[in-house]
Amino acid sequence: MNNIELIFPEIFISLSIMFLLILGVFKKDSSKIIHNISLLVLLVTAVITFNETLSINPTTLFNKSIIIDYLSSFMKIITLLAAFVVLLISSNYLRTFKIFKIEYPILILSSVLGMMIMISSNDLIVFYMGLELQSLALYVLATFNRDQLKSSEAGLKYFVLSALSSGLLLYGCSLIYGFTGSTNFNVISTQFTTNEYAITFGIVFILVGLAFKISAVPFHMWAPDVYEGSPTSVTLFFTMVPKIAALTVFIRFLYVPFLNLIDQWQMILVFLSIASMLFGAIAAIGQRNLKRLIAYSSISHIGYALAGLATGSNDGIQSSVIYMTIYIIMNLGFFSCLLMMKRNNIYYEQIDDLSGLSKNHPLLSISLLIILFSLAGIPPLAGFFAKFYIFKSVIEQSMYFLAIVGLLSTVVAAFYYLRIIKIMYFDEEKDSYDKDHNLWLKLSLTVSTILILMYFIFPSELIDAVSKINII
Amino acid sequence: MNFPILSSLILLPSIGALFLFFTKSKSENKITAKYVALFTSLVNFFLSIYLWFLFDQTTSAFQFVEDRIWIEGLINYKVGVDGISILFIILTTFITPLCIISVNNSVTKRLNEFLIAILVMETFMIGVFCSLDLVVFYLFFEAGLIPMFLIIGIWGGARRVYSAFKFFLFTLLGSVLMLVAIISIYWITGTTDVVQLYELGIDTKYQNLLWLAFFSSFAVKTPMWPVHTWLPDAHVEAPTAGSVLLAAILLKMAGYGFIRFSLGLFPSASEVFTPLIYTLSVVAIIFTSLIALMQEDMKKLIAYSSVAHMGFVTLGIFTIQQQGIEGSIIQMISHGLVSAALFLCVGVVYDRMHSRLIATYGGIVTIIPKYAILFMVFTLAALGLPGTSGFVGEFLILMAAFKDNFLVAVLASLGVIIGAAYMLWLYKRVIFGKLINSELKKMIDLNRSEAFTLTCLAIPTLYFGFYPEPLINTIEVSISDLIDTYNFSVVSKQ
Repeated sequence: MNNIELIFPEIFISLSIMFLLILGVFKKDSSKIIHNISLLVLLVTAVITFNETLSINPTTLFNKSIIIDYLSSFMKIITLLAAFVVLLISSNYLRTFKIFKIEYPILILSSVLGMMIMISSNDLIVFYMGLELQSLALYVLATFNRDQLKSSEAGLKYFVLSALSSGLLLYGCSLIYGFTGSTNFNVISTQFTTNEYAITFGIVFILVGLAFKISAVPFHMWAPDVYEGSPTSVTLFFTMVPKIAALTVFIRFLYVPFLNLIDQWQMILVFLSIASMLFGAIAAIGQRNLKRLIAYSSISHIGYALAGLATGSNDGIQSSVIYMTIYIIMNLGFFSCLLMMKRNNIYYEQIDDLSGLSKNHPLLSISLLIILFSLAGIPPLAGFFAKFYIFKSVIEQSMYFLAIVGLLSTVVAAFYYLRIIKIMYFDEEKDSYDKDHNLWLKLSLTVSTILILMYFIFPSELIDAVSKINII
Repeated sequence: MNFPILSSLILLPSIGALFLFFTKSKSENKITAKYVALFTSLVNFFLSIYLWFLFDQTTSAFQFVEDRIWIEGLINYKVGVDGISILFIILTTFITPLCIISVNNSVTKRLNEFLIAILVMETFMIGVFCSLDLVVFYLFFEAGLIPMFLIIGIWGGARRVYSAFKFFLFTLLGSVLMLVAIISIYWITGTTDVVQLYELGIDTKYQNLLWLAFFSSFAVKTPMWPVHTWLPDAHVEAPTAGSVLLAAILLKMAGYGFIRFSLGLFPSASEVFTPLIYTLSVVAIIFTSLIALMQEDMKKLIAYSSVAHMGFVTLGIFTIQQQGIEGSIIQMISHGLVSAALFLCVGVVYDRMHSRLIATYGGIVTIIPKYAILFMVFTLAALGLPGTSGFVGEFLILMAAFKDNFLVAVLASLGVIIGAAYMLWLYKRVIFGKLINSELKKMIDLNRSEAFTLTCLAIPTLYFGFYPEPLINTIEVSISDLIDTYNFSVVSKQ
């Protein structure tokens, strides 16, 4: 077996999961140590991925069913780092709800393993396997606070709807397999003729399944409920990490086997994108709960990432990846603020709970201010550049309608971000929140705010990193 | 000349703001914060005067240009000034310290943050006037929304939330189309560098749409009728210093944008759309002047008069003649001084009586005579009395308009008359008449800082009214060059 060292990261993380499970069974009160080891595992895996696979030429393994190239390595590193930060800042929250258990880090590790397989997949079956592994872990994570009705409800909802979409996805896979005789992306691309309708059907079913996983409109219905019901730290995980993996599969699935069918799927993607941007922006206006609000906002943000994918160009892919990276940083900052809204062991998550925050917590509120303006895409913050790259690639393909609708929906979206700022800065203050936060929480907020604020000084670094992604 | 003087102008206020931000927790002493801010903005002012001193008036080329790679192969950070932009920079650096002096009474809470917002605002405003790259321009242009939103929203009056939202969303909505246009220009020509774009020119078939996209942004910011409605709200609710910044400088960004981008980049489209601008300008002049006549709130009256004055500016720019554009720039500078002063004047009486209604006042000439004199100077300047800077601008604009289109000029002149009516009537109702409200007797005349700021504004208003030569010399060459290029490209396309 050649090149087996290229999947060391996956092997390492699966061995660690098994080890941690055994440790958890035999050692009592081991949740803290397992938590710390998991953090270490994520970090080490990221380092291995960085060292071993980031700079190699595209290589396939296991009869071409797994591909290791720059895109997969880049996305894996982002996934691992995002999961690392989530785990890092969630310990206090879990302790408050008395759910600081060994399963939590292990489930996160398993879902991360599933995502890494998804990201590397070059074959429908491998991709499906990875998808199911991460989904199963996520169902449990959603219900993790099982004593709360809302959390159980969220998990059940997520499970039922997600299983449905997996079914659709699998049906699409079988259609494509039936008409091309293969599940391998490279083989498929040589085996079909462009006027085969069944292939188009297959693509549509798979796109529906994937759109569901990234909660693009009109397959978004689960997102607000699940995001609201899940524990906040899990919501943070949901809003970022699974989307990176699903987006990578989106890229790989559309651009490797089916680039010739761009006329067929481009329209679908444009529709998904416009619908998500507009609906996410409009529906968020009426929300009172910050977690629901961020659910709609993430729907809207995924619309922008899809706009980049709809272009059918390498520039578009790169801009989507940049967008997701910046979005993750903003999201981390936002949730760090949310996790700081604690008073007497109760976490507050209504928008009105932010009322007058600027008087009691000037630093927290200025960070949140910067993050919100960045989410709204106002220059000179990072969020503006993310949108700028997207629209640059969209306009390159002369898709003016998409660009104009996208930019107009940023104006709508600006309204609800401004409303949060208004409540923080213009309204009367309430009691102050706890100030003795976890060091990591403070650090994550500070770092993400500084990255957002100072991005305009060094914008080239991220572009350079992403410019090596070359799919077409 | 290797010293990056323009970047220093842009960055200095931000450094001051950063300094204030990190020192705030230690001292409750508000005076210190004010002195820091004042010091920063004064240094910036003297730096800009030094810039004017070094400025070469005999060439229309961009000077003090700095060009650095910012995003590899995409955007360069490029700044520079020519005759058109340098005056706006000086106006900005001149008005900002006066704003900071004037916060004495009007801002009572969170003074530190207020000063930070004003200084950050100054950075963005200078950036707008310096930038020679469309993306950099857009960046500064939009970024200004953030501090202004906070200034109106935190320190504003009773309906501040509504006004702040309206201001933010109106301007953002106008600007997003400009972003589409900027990116399109990048794909059409391969650059967003303004100097290169001047040389390359943009294909005529794209110009009309691009012009409209830029227009949507500038029209909201100017503001032109019928998208002016955010302005009275924003002005009325903003604190005095906020109104001053808004009226004196923010509105000028759009006028500057019209000259620099609409005329400079899209000459043949400007030719096509001149009738549209004429119509909207004349409507703005007459319609908003009539509205101003009916106002009962002093700030609102001045806000509407701003719309009318900016109508003159757009009219003058699109006559596309030497006098017209010169007049527009002088009108903008003059309006910057005069409207700033008028808002400060309203602020003075508001701080004492906490009312902006005209009906509250009357007969205060004997109680606060110094105030009455200075207020009169600015009233007369606002209505364009010869000998004030307001006259020079309006006169040049009308002269150019008469050459181009008789009807438009006559209608615009009508606006001058209505303008005189509402300003004089305002002055009469506030200052003269019988002293009915006995509360007014307790009013104190101008204190030292108020007298100082208003005198600072009165001197250039009168000086440039009698002797506009320094202004005209500065802008003359750049404008004649702009018009030559314009005529050349319009003629060659036909």
